[in-house]
Amino acid sequence: MRAALFVTCLADLFRPQVGFAALKLLEQAGVQVDVPQMQTCCGQPAYNNGDRDDAKAIARQVIETFEDYPYVVVPSGSCAGMLRLHYPELFGDEPGWQARAESLAERTYELMQFLTDVAGLAGVDATYDGTVTYHDSCSSLREMQVRAQPRRLLGTVDGLTLKEMRDTEVCCGFGGTFCVKYPDISERMVSDKVAAIEASGADTLLAGDLGCLLNIAGRLKRLDSTVRVYHVAEVLAGMTDVPGIGDGESA
Amino acid sequence: MNPQSHAFKHNVEAALDDVQLQQALRNVGRGFVVKRRSALDALPEFEALRVAARDIKDRTLARLAEHLERFEAAATQAGAQVHWARDAAEACDIVVNLCREAGAKRVAKGKSMVGEEIGINPALEAAGFEPIETDLGEYILQLAHEPPSHIIAPAIHKTRGQIADLFREAHRVHGLGEHLETVPDIVNEARQVLREQFLSADVGITGANFLIAETGSTVIVTNEGNGDLSATLPRTHIVTASIEKVVPTLDDASVLLRLLARSATGQETTAYTTFFTGPRRPEDAHGPEAFHIVLIDNGRSQMLGGEFHDMLRCIRCGACLNHCPVYNTVGGHAYGWVYPGPMGSVLTPLMVGLAEGANLPNASTLCGRCEEVCPMSIPLPRMLRAHRIREFETRLTPPRSRYALKAWAWLARRPRLYHRILGPGMRLLGLLGRRQGRFRWLPLADAWTRARDLPAPVGPSFMAQYRRTRREGTGS
Repeated sequence: MRAALFVTCLADLFRPQVGFAALKLLEQAGVQVDVPQMQTCCGQPAYNNGDRDDAKAIARQVIETFEDYPYVVVPSGSCAGMLRLHYPELFGDEPGWQARAESLAERTYELMQFLTDVAGLAGVDATYDGTVTYHDSCSSLREMQVRAQPRRLLGTVDGLTLKEMRDTEVCCGFGGTFCVKYPDISERMVSDKVAAIEASGADTLLAGDLGCLLNIAGRLKRLDSTVRVYHVAEVLAGMTDVPGIGDGESA
Repeated sequence: MNPQSHAFKHNVEAALDDVQLQQALRNVGRGFVVKRRSALDALPEFEALRVAARDIKDRTLARLAEHLERFEAAATQAGAQVHWARDAAEACDIVVNLCREAGAKRVAKGKSMVGEEIGINPALEAAGFEPIETDLGEYILQLAHEPPSHIIAPAIHKTRGQIADLFREAHRVHGLGEHLETVPDIVNEARQVLREQFLSADVGITGANFLIAETGSTVIVTNEGNGDLSATLPRTHIVTASIEKVVPTLDDASVLLRLLARSATGQETTAYTTFFTGPRRPEDAHGPEAFHIVLIDNGRSQMLGGEFHDMLRCIRCGACLNHCPVYNTVGGHAYGWVYPGPMGSVLTPLMVGLAEGANLPNASTLCGRCEEVCPMSIPLPRMLRAHRIREFETRLTPPRSRYALKAWAWLARRPRLYHRILGPGMRLLGLLGRRQGRFRWLPLADAWTRARDLPAPVGPSFMAQYRRTRREGTGS
């Protein structure tokens, strides 16, 4: 089985290890992975802010880069949702491109979804000594229907206990540019999320989207919380010997 | 109501600092969500109903004019008088004239969002009438001189203590005004005062949840029965309804009614569901002598067939508000007009103009919870985005955002340059932040770092590292 990995811009730039964790997990699942070098960003910032022309231009570039692969795997629900749901919407007035967008959409998966539902990965070979809670990113949950998959895989990690937080399906207030356009509302929302995390008693927060993770980790660290933050792929790949998101070497 | 949506950011600051509002939002926001969930769990066919409801509305909207004409004919047949209003001003003129013809002084008003939309109360007051709100929530707001903050629970932003204070002040003239502690005490006192108003009103104005084309009936649902008293006690009953409320048959209405209460308050059905068909007949014991229906367009026919067409399916249940994390953080008044939350963020710019309402479609994380709970499956996030596209295309988007977006898109389309610039840039940032793992402050990142640290990038970018490992791996 062959697949292309779309690393996503945030993972590429802020947390490269998420890309390597995804590679490792895909290889464990018996997938031969390619990483196309011409990839950048999926165009979501342009699309969600009403810049349809640029969103289309970027979408064309992504389609050209990835359309020769049988599968495209993305370690982010919102970027996967962009390719899966929104690319076909973008080209409503261009039948040729729309067909190409739809073809790519049908082969695009969020990482956890691909590992379990397509590649048939039943468990991982990893150890994590801690109690984790898992935040359901909005796009993963509602656009990609990812909910059970990461939890199922986390259940196979040695030493790991999963404790659900309240309102795990409620937005953390990131929302792409929302967090900088309406910082005050975003702050209140992420504070609610942080309170739910703390109340769960977990010592580690996991999620499948780097946007949410940077937001929540940023707030946790501002409040001097000791909760560690990782992308779920990092834990599943056993790559937690490095500091968590927002933790430094001095910590 | 004068739109204040342009002041959204300012309104938000006030809302976040309002301790009592925040307390009220915490108290009630969750209630509706939990009750809706259990009402749905008790109804296995909810999803099937939802599909049927969507189908009913889509079929109706596809031939809206025809259904409205059928409604008009049937209502007229039953003795009602039907009036058509193109916009808010026309609707108010019609209602004011009807009140004049009825020789009215006092007007009892049942809760009606379209009444708020057209600004019926100020119009009535300006014409010398005394409108009295009979819904408890609306009555409280009338005393407080405030607009509703929620489409089904208008005074949801008020705490019990605030309401008791309002009553103590306002009810002195009625010989009341004791300090009220409990909810039943508050309700009883309101009931005592309002009973007088019902009996002395000359005209009753209500809204309509549905209009039934086959019978010419109008339908209202309430939990207090105030709508029924407003409609049946005065000599004249005026129904104000927007045109998309029409459904073909009684059966169709019953499907929508099953979804409405469950989605709104989590009730299986509301306490009172009343069908009005024409004025009282000679053999009837009660009912108004004159029955008028004002059908209001106010921009809706413009939405037909366009990218906001699906919004006309909305049955005003408020589920999207109850589940919206932004609404639950700032409350309804921050949105600055009649309809708040996700449905309001779609409707308001269409009704008051995009320049006035441009903040609203942006004040959403597009988390999609609204669409998930909408009983009419309205694609609210898609329509919020559609507004953003219009905003961008008409250059209403603030220049700084435009340039930042354009710059990012320009770079994203040049992968080699992108990696050449951003790879080393992030590496430098990563070195600076390596010890702490995060930044408390960064130039140009103020909006982010005001409330949160920015996690530092870790090492060179993935692409840079990946290229290196591959080169090493292949030994070339």
